Amino acid sequence: MMEFLRDIARHPSGRIGLIIVVAFVLAGALGEAGVTPYGPLVQDRIARLQAPSAAHWFGTDLFGRDVLSRLMVGISQSFIVSFSSVGVASAAGTLLGLSAAWYGGLWDGIVMRFMDVLLAFPAILLALLIIAIFGPSGWTSILAIAIVYTPIFTRVVRGPALSLKHRDFVDAARTFGSSRRYIMSRHLALNLVAPLTVQITLALAWALVTEAGLSFLGLGTQPPNASLGLMLSDARNLMEMAPWLLLVPAIALMLAVLGFNLLGDALRDILDPKTRRALA
Amino acid sequence: MSYPLRRLLVFPLVMLGVSVFVFIAIRLVPGDAITAMLGTESGLLTPAQREALTAYFGLDQNWFVQFWRWLSRVLQGDLGISTTYGKPVMTIILEHFPLTLELAVLSMLIAIGIGLPAGIFAATRKDKPSDMAVRVIAMVGQSTPGFVVGLLLIFVLSVGFGVLPQMGTFVPLTEGISRNLAQMILPALTLGTAFAAAVIRISRSAMLDILREDFVRTARSKGLSRRRVIWRHALPNALIPVVTLSGVEFGYLLGGAVLVEQIFALPGLGRVVLDAIQQRDYALVQGSVLFIAFNFMVVNLLVDLAYAALDPRIRFETK
Repeated sequence: MMEFLRDIARHPSGRIGLIIVVAFVLAGALGEAGVTPYGPLVQDRIARLQAPSAAHWFGTDLFGRDVLSRLMVGISQSFIVSFSSVGVASAAGTLLGLSAAWYGGLWDGIVMRFMDVLLAFPAILLALLIIAIFGPSGWTSILAIAIVYTPIFTRVVRGPALSLKHRDFVDAARTFGSSRRYIMSRHLALNLVAPLTVQITLALAWALVTEAGLSFLGLGTQPPNASLGLMLSDARNLMEMAPWLLLVPAIALMLAVLGFNLLGDALRDILDPKTRRALA
Repeated sequence: MSYPLRRLLVFPLVMLGVSVFVFIAIRLVPGDAITAMLGTESGLLTPAQREALTAYFGLDQNWFVQFWRWLSRVLQGDLGISTTYGKPVMTIILEHFPLTLELAVLSMLIAIGIGLPAGIFAATRKDKPSDMAVRVIAMVGQSTPGFVVGLLLIFVLSVGFGVLPQMGTFVPLTEGISRNLAQMILPALTLGTAFAAAVIRISRSAMLDILREDFVRTARSKGLSRRRVIWRHALPNALIPVVTLSGVEFGYLLGGAVLVEQIFALPGLGRVVLDAIQQRDYALVQGSVLFIAFNFMVVNLLVDLAYAALDPRIRFETK
């Protein structure tokens, strides 16, 4: 594990990505723990729409709420939604992909055709449908984003699992009398760690974007709670008067996505044996 | 069975799956269509009137009957009547689709127009400062969500230049090219630049892969100029992944860009679906989602076939 982190820290874009992601996780954790300069919901009628200053680093919004505090809480909200949804999607996708590859036949057909159906929808439309059913909330966003990304994980897992299934070492393990379950959990899963890690990192970036998009449409996190998408949506009509309201969440979202993308690129280089040799 | 043929056979199966999925999903949305259609006025309906309306839209039958009726009409090209517009769903789709198609085409032109030259430029100058600059720009670009690009574009134009985007009533292409383009340029730039970043990255890496190939070295060593090798030998091969990626993106864009349409107040297909879901307009949701999924799958099928045609090395497994 330590060696793995060292590999990332040595990779030029991995280092930057790791720093950005850790910084955001810290800011979000502080926001979640309530350690913010001001209360994220506390209104100060006198200090409305103030430009960034020593008292309010990122200024205040229309209701005099501190933008930095709201940003920290918003980051935690956005990160909770994207981490949970990607967690659910990768778990479900792994399970479905592995079982489809292993059992093959009818089950494989049913699972993969169902994934084809889900993939035939543009992601945001599928999410909109799911949100319409369960009503907008943070929980629904998690469910919606998880369903949208499950097919991608299923495909990512099924491909390698299918080719691994016929490799010599799996046959060898079966001749030794290892049970199917044991082989699946040990040999196959271990070989899937690399593609899954890369995919999870990149999916976290997409999930952040999707969550922000849903909240921007008013279908994710509900006011008065803060989220990056909601802050962007609130800033729309105030951008000329109070540009910081737009720029702060926009740059934060960009940086967070950039962090995961850089990390994902680095992981791809590090975990791919071919490029690994080239790097050494 | 050959790969394209197998894809064609799966196609109707997936479309059937999509229609069942949408049909059930929209009916799980709380609230009924009649109330959503009439809003507060629905309180004024007598029970008999409500029953008549429900029967008119065929909503009095059980789900199986409703689905069967809907499906058999769909197969004859009739997508039903929208409860919000009181017009055939097909008419509504055909009214809004031209905008979505135009936006998709314009954004692809912008994305490829910027992305391909920049990617090739960077690949031919690997690890030089100009390559680094292009890579950084592409990485940042790819990390900026499309709707954020749109908001920042509006911000820069309105604060920096005092220009407000043209957001009045939408003017179709057929009713005035210049007025139409004035409205479309910002949304197209938004979607185009956001996707250009992906095109830069994929064309750069594809070009680098090709330039490492033996046949490129052979071409160079037999005395062909660098320029000729890049343009005549390497480029056509490097185009393959670019075509695939752009095709998939184009398929997505044909489904309407909900967020960008929302920001620029454009009445595209994305907004139609968003409104229809909120109005519980069953026929419109079912029809438009089916239309979108159909386009998406046709585009993806064409991309796959183009992929096979462009790269003769690819022989799809035959089972």
